[in-house]
Amino acid sequence: MESIILFGPLVGALIAGFGWKLTGIRGAQWISTGLLFLACAFSWIVFFTHGPETQHIQVMRWIESGTLSTDWSIRLDRLTSIMLIVVTTVSALVHLYSFGYMAHDSQFREGEESYKPRFFAYLSFFTFAMLMLVTSDNLVQMFFGWEGVGVASYLLIGFYYRKPSANAAAIKAFVVNRVGDFGFALGIFAIFFLTDSVRFDDIFAAAPALAETQMTFLWRSWNAAEVVALLLFVGAMGKSAQLFLHTWLPDAMEGPTPVSALIHAATMVTAGVFLVCRMSPIMEFAPNATTFITFLGASTAFVAATIGLVQNDIKRVIAYSTMSQLGYMFVAAGVGVYSVAMFHLFTHAFFKAMLFLGAGSVIHGMHHEQDMRNYGGLRKKLPMTFWAMMIGTLAITGVGIPLTHIGFAGFLSKDAVIESAFAGTQGGYAFWMLVIAALFTSFYSWRLMFLTFFGKPRGDKHTHEHAHESPTIMLVPLGVLALGAVFSGMIWYGSFFGDHDKVNAFFGIPGAHAEAAEHGAPADAGLGDDHAEADAAHADTADAGDHAAVAGDHAVAAPGAGAIYMGADNHVMDDAHHAPTWVKVSPFIAMLIGFVTAYWFYIVNPKLPVKLAEGQRPLYLFLLNKWYFDEIYDFLFVRPAKALGRILWKGGDEAIIKGGLNGIALGIVPFFTRLAGRAQSGYIFTYAFAMVIGIAVFITWMTLSGGAH
Amino acid sequence: MISADLNIILPEILLSVFAMAALVGAVYTGKDKVAPALLWATAALFLALAFWIGVTGEGTQVAFNGMFVNDGFARFAKVVILVSAAAVLLMSEGYMARRGLLRFEYPLLVTLAVVGMMMMVSAGDLMALYMGLELQSLSLYVVASLRRDSAKSTEAGLKYFVLGALSSGLLLYGASLTYGYAGTTLFSGIIQTATEGSMPVGLLIGLVMLISGLAFKVSAVPFHMWTPDVYEGSPTPVTAFFATAPKVAAMALFARVMFDAFGNATADWGQVIALLSVLSMFLGSIAAIGQRDIKRLMAYSSIAHMGYALMGLAAGTELGVQAMLIYMAIYVTMNVGTFAFILSMERDGQPVTDIESLGMYSTKEPGKALAMLVLLFSLAGVPPLVGFFGKFYVLRAAYEGGLAWLAVAGVVASVIGAFYYLRIVFYMYFGEDREDALDGGKSPVLWGFLMVSAVIMVVGVVNLFGIEGAAQAAAATLVN
Repeated sequence: MESIILFGPLVGALIAGFGWKLTGIRGAQWISTGLLFLACAFSWIVFFTHGPETQHIQVMRWIESGTLSTDWSIRLDRLTSIMLIVVTTVSALVHLYSFGYMAHDSQFREGEESYKPRFFAYLSFFTFAMLMLVTSDNLVQMFFGWEGVGVASYLLIGFYYRKPSANAAAIKAFVVNRVGDFGFALGIFAIFFLTDSVRFDDIFAAAPALAETQMTFLWRSWNAAEVVALLLFVGAMGKSAQLFLHTWLPDAMEGPTPVSALIHAATMVTAGVFLVCRMSPIMEFAPNATTFITFLGASTAFVAATIGLVQNDIKRVIAYSTMSQLGYMFVAAGVGVYSVAMFHLFTHAFFKAMLFLGAGSVIHGMHHEQDMRNYGGLRKKLPMTFWAMMIGTLAITGVGIPLTHIGFAGFLSKDAVIESAFAGTQGGYAFWMLVIAALFTSFYSWRLMFLTFFGKPRGDKHTHEHAHESPTIMLVPLGVLALGAVFSGMIWYGSFFGDHDKVNAFFGIPGAHAEAAEHGAPADAGLGDDHAEADAAHADTADAGDHAAVAGDHAVAAPGAGAIYMGADNHVMDDAHHAPTWVKVSPFIAMLIGFVTAYWFYIVNPKLPVKLAEGQRPLYLFLLNKWYFDEIYDFLFVRPAKALGRILWKGGDEAIIKGGLNGIALGIVPFFTRLAGRAQSGYIFTYAFAMVIGIAVFITWMTLSGGAH
Repeated sequence: MISADLNIILPEILLSVFAMAALVGAVYTGKDKVAPALLWATAALFLALAFWIGVTGEGTQVAFNGMFVNDGFARFAKVVILVSAAAVLLMSEGYMARRGLLRFEYPLLVTLAVVGMMMMVSAGDLMALYMGLELQSLSLYVVASLRRDSAKSTEAGLKYFVLGALSSGLLLYGASLTYGYAGTTLFSGIIQTATEGSMPVGLLIGLVMLISGLAFKVSAVPFHMWTPDVYEGSPTPVTAFFATAPKVAAMALFARVMFDAFGNATADWGQVIALLSVLSMFLGSIAAIGQRDIKRLMAYSSIAHMGYALMGLAAGTELGVQAMLIYMAIYVTMNVGTFAFILSMERDGQPVTDIESLGMYSTKEPGKALAMLVLLFSLAGVPPLVGFFGKFYVLRAAYEGGLAWLAVAGVVASVIGAFYYLRIVFYMYFGEDREDALDGGKSPVLWGFLMVSAVIMVVGVVNLFGIEGAAQAAAATLVN
């Protein structure tokens, strides 16, 4: 079953990509979509039936080279099964949605160019690569999936290959991701160098030892665990569009909207979060690296939210919102509450996919108009889309009943993140950044809603007259995702965050730690010894529990025993449960402020935003231009690289290599050819003369060169 | 004792007796009428002998007090010589018959040349060497001017003869100098005197003279000048023969003399051969660019290829000899196929050798054009064809023999040389379709040789048909 989940999409991609002439365009679409739904159904079955224990399913041997040994196998644990349902569900629905969205595309000549099977093949291939990534049992396999989604994303962003901007965006996404991948690759090398293995089990078992190891990197000696954690996070930064490596994500909106929903909102960009959670045993031993992750995540959440405030392109607003929400997830992972990071990833997938598909529906209905300033009053024209977007907005802004566990998905997961951030940083930088970001999130999300669906129609009259609701095939996915956006938070709140025992059971974390932590046993005392003892006993989790009871001290499960690992002194989740009430209601209040402001700005007094923008022009431009990241990068990296390239091209390639080779090939060689032709006179005496001269030279040379005595 | 000696040279005796008996027989019977039958019989005999020599014969046998050596190295060379000679004979029948050149002397002269070659590769003495060499050369002089009514053919034969005589003189002078200083003509005796660093000047000069004489036979620069004229002037089947079996024999003899007689002074002759090699590679590659006549072009091509083969020899190691033998075997196979194609180049029954007449040949004869393309790519040493592996072996041998500069020069020369091979491909696939373009020759024999040769170039990459092992065994018997 797991193999079918994994390889079904690959088969679909191959059939749609190479066999569509046999199956027909319709057939290719239905086969790839059908296989995806099959994978989706199986994923849900696995999610519900498979327990929390870790299972390895060997598919084949892959690389055997010296001590490097890599299997192609599926690591099935809770992290994997969560990702499986996220990926396959969103992907299956996006496949279905694409039937409608891609039905007519002005970028291609209808009837002449078969772009549809290609699109579905790319989607399915992307899904396969993502599944490969999340099911991997070792870092090399993961890297394969990691690069696979990179390729798929490149292909899909540049799907409209006639648009120069789409090509530029595709290249940008690829290049920026290479920077991150370089870090990831270095991390893998470092791990293999240190542990002599790339298998997760071996790496996790070696994690405590890594914390005690020093390694030389960049001419200095560092703590090995910190270096590895940081390098892996650089990879995650690229894929998950964290600050400094985020510039590709907004541009990636050049791709068709279903792609934005699938890749740039729900699944691929979460790969970085998944990586950090998957490597939790290493992260737990790298406190400085995780502090950095927290800091960067919080900054990303804030920066992205500020940019989102002023964007006018509907997809860009949602793109920055994605980036901001990814920052939330990294904060949760950074403070050590990996389950909450996964929780937010899980709920976010539903409502963000929904928002994107809803936006796609609006764009589709408005004939590919994407500027919100030209929308307005679409509530009546697109009723179903409106309600779907409304649910998505309620979910992302975090609407719910404070101090209870009732609310939309985003309410529960975002509050969990913010509480964890408060507990993890003692109410520091990250907490405040996230609360402010929550305010901004609420503002720009409602701004989007008000500008699009309320007020009077703006922009081209003709377009508005012809605005139409999307076909059913596009609305069905919205409905399904709405269920997730509403209920997924409430149903799984306990398992991800609410109840420590449930979390442990859900993720298969051996129980000893939880009890000990709940009882508030001295955490710091004799940590090193505990590790040693726990290591000795880790083979059997029950043993570890017994051991803890007997010792009367608390024991820690060995890294890698569960799907995620939390260190002995990691009580952030428990502290988060006991966060002050004002902390718990703060995101709700932030949401309310954001909503009211947006209502004031765009419904009550629509002139105000314009005035404000004019009054605070420098700030407005600063935000509108995305903090000038692109301009700075252009100045710092792109232009020097281009200049260097031009020097190597003009000077190195054109002048030296081409000039030299052409000079030899067109000047010197023909000269000698003519010379040889002249020497071949046809007269015997010339020939004999050459022989005699040859002998004379040889004899002289031999006598002089000293062979003789 | 004498019967044991005769037993060892039985193949050579058989061939000589056959040649003489057939000569007398043909004169008294149908003369030229029996020529086709004679040709087929000769080819069959060659193949039978090749099989016999290849399968039987173990170890090293010495006859006539060391004048004649029958070892693994000699057997390897003999098999290649016999098979390639048989192939060329079979290819030439149709061409010769149509032009009235199929005289009964032709197969017999080839037979005598082959006997000479077999003597050469088995020579263990300067006398035996000279005997074999002259038997071969005299036969070839006659074959070159087989077309007596053509000025070009007779000119070719005459030039070859005069220059050949000069080279024989040089060789003899070298041999006598060697004898003078070593006191013996036996290789096994010379090697006692000729040791590294303590060679008398006279012996050194003798060595250079010997090398020069042999270099003439393999047509290495600067002793190559006869090659283009003779290749162009001779009837094409004769050119094909020149380009194959005699080259193998001369190269084997070269190795034989260098290792058996001067094996203790590899550094001395190694540098001379390295120079010959690099000159041949570059001149062969550069001068061929100016050629429009495919036979002249193949002459320069063979000069360049001999340069590569000499590179293996220059390394002075067992690996080098192995590489040289592999290279020669591959070279002969490629040339048989290429000449099968050249023999089939004709228009209105007349042979054509202008390469521009191949314009758009691929549209008329796609199969043959493709086979020729494969062969040309292989000649140029484009991977993954077999020709690449031949070059790879000699380059590796040179590199491991401490001649990295020679290997680099070889690579550069092969890049230059690729130009003229590719130009033929260019004409075949992208050239102008001219009015005087070729009409496809319709000889099934030639077609078969072309195809088989091309297929070998592709399929052989799997394991080179096991030739590596055979060449290694052969090289091991020579270098020890």
